[in-house]
Amino acid sequence: MENKDYKSINHSVRKKDSMQLLLGKPNYVDDITPKDALVVKLLRSPHPNAIVQEVNKTAALKVPGVVDIYTWEDVPTNRFAIAGQTYPEPSPYDRLILDRHVRFSGDPVAIIAAETEKAALKAMRLIKVKYEILEPVLDFHTAKDNKILVHPEEDWFPPCPVGGDNHHNLVASEVNGQGDVDTVMADCDIVIDHTYHTKAFQQAMMETFRTYTTMDRYGRLHVISSTQIVFHVRRILSRALGIPKSRIRVEKPRIGGGFGAKQTAVCEVYPAFVTLKTGRPAKLIYTREECQIAGSPRHEMEVRVRMGADKDGRIRALDLYTLSNTGAYGEHGPTTVGLSGHKSIPLYSGSLEAYKFSYDVVYTNLQPAGAYRGYGATQGIFALESAVNELAERLGMDPTRLRDQNMVKEGMTMPAYYGETANACALDKCMERCREIFHWDEKYPVRDMGNGKVRCAGVAMAMQGSGISNIDTGSATIKLSDDGTYNLIIGVADMGTGCDTILAQMVAEYMDCDVDDVAVFGADTDVSPYDSGSYASSTTYITGKAVEKACAELKKNICAIAADMMECDPQDVIFEGSQVRRIDSEQSVSLSDISYKAQVCNTHAAEVTATHASPVSPPPYMVGMVEIELDKLTGQVTILDYKAVVDCGIPINPALARIQAEGGIVQGIGMTLMENVNYDSNGRPIESSFMQYKIPTRLEMGQLQVEFEHSYEPTGPFGAKSIGEIVINTPAPAIAHAIYRATGVWQRELPITPEKIAMSGITEQP
Amino acid sequence: MMTIQNYIRPQSLEEAYMLNQKKSNRIIGGMLWLKMTNGLVSTAIDLCDLGLDTLEETDDSFSIGAMVSLRQLELHEGLNAYTQGAVAKALQDIVGVQFRNMATIGGSIFGRFGFSDVLTVFLAMDTYVELYKGGIVPLREFASINRDRDVLVRIIVKKHPGTFTYLSMRNTRTDFPVLTCATSCFDGAYHTVIGARPERAVLLEDIQGILSGGINQQTASSFADFAAENIKVGSNVRGSAAYRTHLIRVLTNRALLELEEMTHGN
Amino acid sequence: MEIKIILNGKSVTDLIDADTLLIDFLRSHGCYSVKRGCETSNCGLCTVLMDDVPILSCSMLAARADGHNITTLEGLQEEASEFVGFIADQGADQCGFCNPGFVMNTIALLRENPDPTDDEIRAYLAGNLCRCSGYDGQLRGIRNFLDSRNKNGGTHGE
Repeated sequence: MENKDYKSINHSVRKKDSMQLLLGKPNYVDDITPKDALVVKLLRSPHPNAIVQEVNKTAALKVPGVVDIYTWEDVPTNRFAIAGQTYPEPSPYDRLILDRHVRFSGDPVAIIAAETEKAALKAMRLIKVKYEILEPVLDFHTAKDNKILVHPEEDWFPPCPVGGDNHHNLVASEVNGQGDVDTVMADCDIVIDHTYHTKAFQQAMMETFRTYTTMDRYGRLHVISSTQIVFHVRRILSRALGIPKSRIRVEKPRIGGGFGAKQTAVCEVYPAFVTLKTGRPAKLIYTREECQIAGSPRHEMEVRVRMGADKDGRIRALDLYTLSNTGAYGEHGPTTVGLSGHKSIPLYSGSLEAYKFSYDVVYTNLQPAGAYRGYGATQGIFALESAVNELAERLGMDPTRLRDQNMVKEGMTMPAYYGETANACALDKCMERCREIFHWDEKYPVRDMGNGKVRCAGVAMAMQGSGISNIDTGSATIKLSDDGTYNLIIGVADMGTGCDTILAQMVAEYMDCDVDDVAVFGADTDVSPYDSGSYASSTTYITGKAVEKACAELKKNICAIAADMMECDPQDVIFEGSQVRRIDSEQSVSLSDISYKAQVCNTHAAEVTATHASPVSPPPYMVGMVEIELDKLTGQVTILDYKAVVDCGIPINPALARIQAEGGIVQGIGMTLMENVNYDSNGRPIESSFMQYKIPTRLEMGQLQVEFEHSYEPTGPFGAKSIGEIVINTPAPAIAHAIYRATGVWQRELPITPEKIAMSGITEQP
Repeated sequence: MMTIQNYIRPQSLEEAYMLNQKKSNRIIGGMLWLKMTNGLVSTAIDLCDLGLDTLEETDDSFSIGAMVSLRQLELHEGLNAYTQGAVAKALQDIVGVQFRNMATIGGSIFGRFGFSDVLTVFLAMDTYVELYKGGIVPLREFASINRDRDVLVRIIVKKHPGTFTYLSMRNTRTDFPVLTCATSCFDGAYHTVIGARPERAVLLEDIQGILSGGINQQTASSFADFAAENIKVGSNVRGSAAYRTHLIRVLTNRALLELEEMTHGN
Repeated sequence: MEIKIILNGKSVTDLIDADTLLIDFLRSHGCYSVKRGCETSNCGLCTVLMDDVPILSCSMLAARADGHNITTLEGLQEEASEFVGFIADQGADQCGFCNPGFVMNTIALLRENPDPTDDEIRAYLAGNLCRCSGYDGQLRGIRNFLDSRNKNGGTHGE
């Protein structure tokens, strides 16, 4: 790694919006938009698969305050995707704003626009809908080639060739690999073959989906939304509504959490449609229940792992097959599934001789899935890391040492990761350090605490990416203001992660100024330079590099203005932060004077926009270890200790990186132990509120400790990689491992509830 | 949420009672559970002006006004000294402090909710319900009858020197319980209450005299088996009937041994 | 119906529907710090003080607040400013949506128990959900605040 004393980066700077947020200032969509907007509500289908025959809205329209009610007959007939992805999207165009064919219990049937919420809700109760009820596909195992088609329509359209076929309920399908897995497997001493199941977990960000729309002074549609992807939202709305992008402006204020949920335009089209129809401002705020039943949760996946190894612990062959359930619409279906293999298998590049990875992504009549922190890697890593733990226990080997001998190390090529080289990889050091701070050797053995309680430990590794290689595009605009301070304008979305601050720290480091001298604005499609948006762990790595480029360019321009002032050539001056000096003399001009000069008969732009993309997506790495106490009689698991060591390159803001890790670990604990997804007979989630869908409270996470092992990624800004997503990946396999240690039973389905543990036929510890 | 047309704070119990005779009117209690129901209420009756938010302790009883909050109970020194902390233990995992500041004992007991920690712990004491018209009724009787339109005024706990325990199993710390278990020993008898079955809590007396010779590993285990065999359980999203039966055995056994420890241990 | 509330020290009189919830009343009177995160009294985002006691404004009728003192974060800026910087130093504010409820309940905690242990902090704030921070940063922030405040004569430390 590079050893440098930095002034701004690698420092725990407070987030620029901290005090505004902590003091409860109005910062979010519903705080900053007018109260007199039309209230938009959606009438949703109770049936998982039905054709709307008739919508009688006569009585509903008579409710005082109801402005209008729209049904499938009123909307454009152009199919579109609401996944926030770069064009052409891998997700199929399978949606209409309102479709006559409703495909899950919760699919919108009518849009109600009213002066008040009361009127809208009253109208909703009075709308009479006649459905032709069709048999649904609710079990994703039976979806492929089922005679019931979720999307029988002829205008179903996949913009990218991803192996989908709507006549087989198939959104995507692929087989890839290297070497002859079967031959290597046949030669192995031991083969582990198990299937692991993860459910459609909810991001459960505290601020539900919400959008405000109005017509601006030019008669354009102005959208203020809680979104991670302003530019994608603009494109999605343009296609869905059939209006040019020049007539749409999308901005985001502060966002009350996203975790990927807001990488899909879940609710934007509805108020936008109302505003276009009525010419009036409109606002749609999802209830928590709507978030839970018609949001955009994690793809349910079943991952079968076949792993061939030798007695000495060498992992030689891996064969993963993933069946992914995208629900009623295909958002992110073709892409999440890829990560289940491509961001798990490469962890074992150290020893692997052959691998195969294949998958099918199927439609069902369930809530459509989307993007959620980890994006498929989480599911794949739960499966693969569990299988590796099973191997270690079968062989009687310490699972951390087993990993030592198989894991990817710096400089290795990763065939399952598109042949990329691990240029920056401190995974081995993460394991070593985690073992040390966790006291692995003491905690790994099962200890009987009496009264049916045992303590023991589990371990897992993880990787992710840093942006989407060859696709993600990040930009930054930097302007010199007329007192020598800077404005940084970005199109990525700070959803609480602190990227506004992190990118400002980079500007401060490059421009040799204080972080306070950098004002940040984002994101607004009218103002921000193009950026794919905040997802795929791309912001620090991709947009950060755009910031670096922009700073370099801006320095040149500042030098050019200064050279004019000092009547010399630009190559004869040097940028020194607060001034520009002639190399060959003591003559200098202050940045403040330069910035004023920039506004007087000046022909060098005192602002620069730079854009960046990357041909690689360097993985961050992580090791997590958990100590639990398990009550063998009740099945209750108490997390005592969770220690993790992360290699994210260099943390630009260590405090924020640490919080990312801690938050991700706790979210991972939630999905492992308590967040459950069950369906009623209509495929509607039973856990439709925070009363039923239990996310962790602060009583559930034990003691956390997060440390960093540095590596230096040559293609990242200051050597940085990413951290946003990887942090959710280790809890599930590590906790499942510890539960096995305590009970002798492998739990291969999440969440692992106390009942499953207590009733699993408790056996003696190994 | 429900729609409410009028809101009234009665100035007397008689006024509250009269208002409550109309089917479409409701006493709102803490309003926490009520708010989540749908439907129309003509008049919401709020008992907050009737001075029912106090808890009085005398030498032989506690008199708890219907509007006393769960948080007041949780923090009440006398009640927790009497129950050796069982009341606080029963209440401390209910959602959060703010919730417990609003939820009332009257609402909890009148609702006779299946998931109720409150009902479970009070059934293990010698508890009575004072109804405006119905007079004073033992809680064990009140717990088994259906809701009517009387007004619950206060809860009375008669003191008997004894020991009390409370255990619950929750999938997460502040969730509804999968099973609750309160045990007590006073006046020479053992009382075991099992709640969140998921139906209403029930009191199980030692009719077979399993514990008559005192509690030890063996009698606790026998009584736990007896409880598991005789208490009817059901399934819901938090747990299956089989798991609940298993939990009855585990929690009853543990609670009885804890009770013994408290009675005769150090 | 008409209600009169002392809101952040000022008397506010208004006509409301009988089923107006306190949270909606407060937001319509400019108290935007009060947030709704669920409809089931589970998240704690809407925490305000009624007669100095923390309650869930999403679950209380505005009518019941008639005649009472209601305090929102708008009315406690100074008291909050004393400690929220310590949360900011941890980066634990994150998305911020749960912050006002968390800050209000922390104020209530510290008024009730000026020198809480870590476990007392966790227990008191258990009804305040946060999906971003993993909670530990919030705890470190409160702990650092207490430590810095207790430097001159304080007693507690874990």
